[in-house]
Amino acid sequence: MKALDIGLPIGALAAALLLFGGFVRLGGASPVETWTILFMGAFGDWFSWQNTLQRAAPLMLTALCVAVPARAGLIIIGGEGAVVLGGLAAAALPYAIALPGNVLGTAIVCIAGMIVGGAWIVIAGALRQYRGVNETISSLLLAYTAIALFKQLVEGPLRDPKTLNKPSTRSLVEAIQIGGIGGSDVHWGLVLGVVACLGLGLWLALTSSGFSVRVVGGNLRAAQLVGLPANRLILLTCAIGGAAAGLAGAVEVAAVHTNANASLIAGYGYAGILVAFIARQNPFAIIPVAILFGGFGAAGSLLQRRLGLPDASVQVLQGIAFVLILASESLRSVDWAAVGQKMWHRATPEPEPAPLAVEKTTA
Amino acid sequence: MTAEILLPFLAAIVGGALRVGVPFLFVSLGECLTEKSGRINLGLEGVLVLSAMAGFGGAYLSSSPWVGVLVAACAGAALALLHGLLCSLPRVNDVATGIALMLFGTGLAFYFGKPLIQPQAAQLQGIALGGWSDSSVVQAALQINPLLPLGIVLAAAMHLGFARTRWGLLVRLAGDSASATKALGYSVAAIRIAATTVGGAIAGLGGASLTLFYPGSWNEGISSGQGLIAVALVIFARWSPVRCVGAALLFGGAGAIGPALQSIGVSQGYYLFSAVPYVLTLVILVISCRPGSIARGSPGELSSLK
Repeated sequence: MKALDIGLPIGALAAALLLFGGFVRLGGASPVETWTILFMGAFGDWFSWQNTLQRAAPLMLTALCVAVPARAGLIIIGGEGAVVLGGLAAAALPYAIALPGNVLGTAIVCIAGMIVGGAWIVIAGALRQYRGVNETISSLLLAYTAIALFKQLVEGPLRDPKTLNKPSTRSLVEAIQIGGIGGSDVHWGLVLGVVACLGLGLWLALTSSGFSVRVVGGNLRAAQLVGLPANRLILLTCAIGGAAAGLAGAVEVAAVHTNANASLIAGYGYAGILVAFIARQNPFAIIPVAILFGGFGAAGSLLQRRLGLPDASVQVLQGIAFVLILASESLRSVDWAAVGQKMWHRATPEPEPAPLAVEKTTA
Repeated sequence: MTAEILLPFLAAIVGGALRVGVPFLFVSLGECLTEKSGRINLGLEGVLVLSAMAGFGGAYLSSSPWVGVLVAACAGAALALLHGLLCSLPRVNDVATGIALMLFGTGLAFYFGKPLIQPQAAQLQGIALGGWSDSSVVQAALQINPLLPLGIVLAAAMHLGFARTRWGLLVRLAGDSASATKALGYSVAAIRIAATTVGGAIAGLGGASLTLFYPGSWNEGISSGQGLIAVALVIFARWSPVRCVGAALLFGGAGAIGPALQSIGVSQGYYLFSAVPYVLTLVILVISCRPGSIARGSPGELSSLK
């Protein structure tokens, strides 16, 4: 089965690239040139890699917001809400308290984002466990509420009066902004994302509490029978997932935008859902998937500049890729050994069926 | 509040409900039909944006808005058909597929819609219901989208269809018990694919009303998430097409409170009012749900609502 875990998505991705080649062919562009530029724009040189990794960082964290609760049996699709509120919390904290102008200050704003993001997703988990409200729907509603709250606060009480065209909060002082790793454009958020994925992956795989979470997700009744605190574990996964998404928002503010403004509502929460599903809710697998889709995003502007394709063409490619990878899941249930045998038999002539009745009489 | 303030304020809210509510109405009817058959379609956001673009393009090329409406419905049906087919494959998750198709649909719409941002397409003619008043504000507010009566008739027809016809019964059967459907010799997958496709066509009409009536042009920010919110609307309406009409108008009206207040000089809480429908739906869910049971009126097979 291990070979399928990697083979199926890669096959689906290849099919998606092929289809996309046909698609751009209809628009009059050369498929080969498109593929080359896609690769160059995503992974061709250090500049592209920086762009790709910069986009991958928030995707890893928002994917965790889906994957961790999913292991406990919840489908949370409102990570976008935790992202915007986490970012807002990070930007708003300096309004309330004086922060140390060093790494400690950065850590504090990030933790603020994690707390707010975590609390927001816990609402969805608690409504499910204590009121029976479906978490998929409530997290979506909470995401829209969060975006409204964000806009209200950014354009109202938290607005920096100097920002006219694009309402924003005051910028974080430079000392607590997150810089690039070793002078590059890749900020430390990538490290946070990778560490979070590895840490949570190990937690789920190796620790007893991680195992308990998987039992709750696998069979709730069995978990309750052996006395696992299902409610507490489910809320814990929501808090962890929300904290990851909140951290994504805080990092976007501290490393990219420097303040909270509408650019934060960039759909990372929704893209994270797909990354998590393609990684089959496995935190380790999230890392390569997020980098791949970060790469697609990075290649978009190059496609537009070089081939004159609309900037949405990368979105089309992502759409095709997501659809095919999700659909390829259905091939997993195919009994490949049986298919192989069938093909083999078709290739070689069928031997004459032995006369069973005769055999019986001779014996 | 004096009359000369109250009138424009109310007119702005009613007008807003009637204008903004129409796309809500169609997406919620489409989602209602889909969910009645036991499947959820989060991809209606993609359907809405793609059909908005296709409808605008159709109207622009044919210079007839009604051709645009037809094109929009077909585009919506095509994308929803894809969702229906994909979800019928084994082990394919309908929530994730919906989000993927949302991305795919909006991507396609932006790709093909690039040349349509500048031009003006033939628009649907409004039906003037405000003739009785000599106030221009009231007349402007009661300029009705011609698709609105169509939507109301459709809601009534769906209500009757679910209650009285063989087809409606089949859809409800597939939504409530897949095993009973199989036992009676019908294909669950075929019923759900058909319901999802028709649901997409209905949602496509919502897309047409966005680009062909209000706001009446194509741009990449045409939808503000109405397609995703359709899921909430259907729960709000407890899976009844008739209640979808009320819910859609209510959501439209609530969205209009902010701009209406602004029009009379109150600019505080603009965005908070736009969140009222979501909070309201959440509150209703909290009140009406009980732990361990599914929401009242919900189709029994709706996997993601269990």
